[in-house]
Amino acid sequence: MFWTVTSSLLEGFGKTFEIFALTLIFSLPLGLIMSFGSMSKFSPVKYLTKLIVWVIRGTPLMLQLIVIFYGPGLIGTWAAGFTADNALTQWLCSFGWFNGIIDWMATWESFDRFTAVIVSFVINYSCYFSEIYRGGIESIPKGQYEAGQVLGMTKTQTFFKVVLLQVIKRIIPPMSNEIITLVKDTSLARTISVYEIIWSGQLFIKSDGLLWPLLYTGIFYLVFNGLLTILFGKLEKKLDYFKS
Amino acid sequence: MAILEVTDLKKSFGKTKVLKGISLSLEEGQVMSIIGSSGSGKTTLLRCINFLETADSGRIMVDGDVIFDGEDKTKHKAKETREKQLKIGLVFQQFNLFPQYNVLDNVTLAVKLKAKERADYKQNKKQILKEIDDKALKLLSDMGLGDKVDSYPCQLSGGQQQRVSIARAMALEPKILFFDEPTSALDPELTGEILKVIRELAEKNMTMVIVTHEMNFAREVSDYIVFMDDGVIAEEGRAEDVINNPKTERLQAFLSKISD
Repeated sequence: MFWTVTSSLLEGFGKTFEIFALTLIFSLPLGLIMSFGSMSKFSPVKYLTKLIVWVIRGTPLMLQLIVIFYGPGLIGTWAAGFTADNALTQWLCSFGWFNGIIDWMATWESFDRFTAVIVSFVINYSCYFSEIYRGGIESIPKGQYEAGQVLGMTKTQTFFKVVLLQVIKRIIPPMSNEIITLVKDTSLARTISVYEIIWSGQLFIKSDGLLWPLLYTGIFYLVFNGLLTILFGKLEKKLDYFKS
Repeated sequence: MAILEVTDLKKSFGKTKVLKGISLSLEEGQVMSIIGSSGSGKTTLLRCINFLETADSGRIMVDGDVIFDGEDKTKHKAKETREKQLKIGLVFQQFNLFPQYNVLDNVTLAVKLKAKERADYKQNKKQILKEIDDKALKLLSDMGLGDKVDSYPCQLSGGQQQRVSIARAMALEPKILFFDEPTSALDPELTGEILKVIRELAEKNMTMVIVTHEMNFAREVSDYIVFMDDGVIAEEGRAEDVINNPKTERLQAFLSKISD
C-alpha cells in the first residue's frame, strides 16, 4: 500500500511542481517589469500598477483563482444573452464600438482549469515579486547610479552591469521566503479541481478510508522546501564575496 | 584659453537659492581648490558641472565646447550628454566603487563598455581589451595598488578605495578631474595617501578642481583658490594670497574657525 500511495502522491506532486515552475518562469520577469511600472515617473502607469498590486495583494489567492476560472465564462454567457432593454443600454447600443465589445465578450470562454491556475498564480506572484524588486532597487545607494553616470555609462548599462547583481544579493532572503510560500500555495489549485498532491492524498480517504496519505503529503512539501532552502543558502554564499 | 569656464551659474532647490551666479575659469594644467563652509554651495557647483544636477541658468564650457547652456532649451540626446560627460571626471566623497567587481574591473568597466562603440571593436576585440587592462594596471601601480588588482572593494581600506576611484576616473582620460571632498570620509591618518596621489597628479599637470576642507593641502597643491559663501564666490585668488592674506571678513572668519 505504501508504494501505491507514494507513486500516486508523486504523480500529484508532479502537477504541484509544474504549477510551481511555470509560475516562477513567468512571474519573475513579469514582476520586474511591474516594479519598473510602480517606480515610473509617468504617473498613470505608476498608479495603475499600484492599483493592481493593491487589489491582488488585498484579496485571497483562492478568490482570484475562482474569479479567473469562472469569470470569463460568466461574462461570455452574459454578453451572448445581452439585450438592450432600457434607455441607458439602448443609448449605448447606438455606438458601434459598444456592440463590438459585447460581440467580442460573447466569445469569451472559461480557461481550462490548469491554465486558470497558472494565470492567477502568475498575476498574484508577480505583484508580490514586484514589491520585493522595488524594495531592492530603491535600496541601492544613489551613488552607484551617479558613479555610472559620471563614468559615461548609459542608464541600461548602469542597471545591468552595476545595480542588478547588488539588487539580487539584497532580495535573496525575501525572495526565498516568497518562493517557499509559493510551493505551499500550489495546494490552492485544488479549489478548482486541479489534481495536485493534496488532492491525490485526499483521494485515499474516499477510496480506502486512509488518512495517513494526506498527512504523508507534508513530507513531500518538507523535502522540496528543504532542497530550496539549501539552494538559496548556496546562492547567498556565492554572493558573499562582496559587501553591498 | 581657459579649459574650464563657468559663467553666471545659478541653481535653486525649490525656494532655496544655492548658487546665486557663479563665474570662474581655470587654465589647463592648473589646480583649483574650492573652499567654504557646509551649505555654501560648493558641492552643488561641482554636481552641476558634472551633470548630476541641472543648473537653472548660466553656461559651462570645457575645452572650448559648451557643455551646458541655460539659454538652450532643446532636449539633448543622452548620447550627446554622455560624450560631454566624458570630458570631465569626478571623484566622490564616498568613493562609490562597484562592490561586486574587483579593483581592476572597477577601473576598466566603463572604458570597456565605451570601447564597444568603436568601429574596429569586433576585429580587434582582444587587443583593445588587453590595451585597456594594461593601461589600468599601469595606473593602479602608479597609485601603489599594484598588489591589490584582484581585491574587492570591501577588502580595502578607505584610502585604498579612494585611490581606486581616482584610478577609475583617470582611466577615461578626462580633461579635468573634479574631487568632491575626497578625504572627508577617511580617517585622518588615511588622508595623507590621497593627498599624495593628488599632489602627484598635479605634478603631472593634470587639471583639477578640488572641493576640500584641508586648508594646508589646498594652499600647497593649488594654484588658485575660490572661497564660496552663501552661494556666491566671496573671494578668489592665488592660493597663498587667499589663505595668508584673506581680504574679506567672511573668509577671515571662516579661516579662523577652521584653524581652531
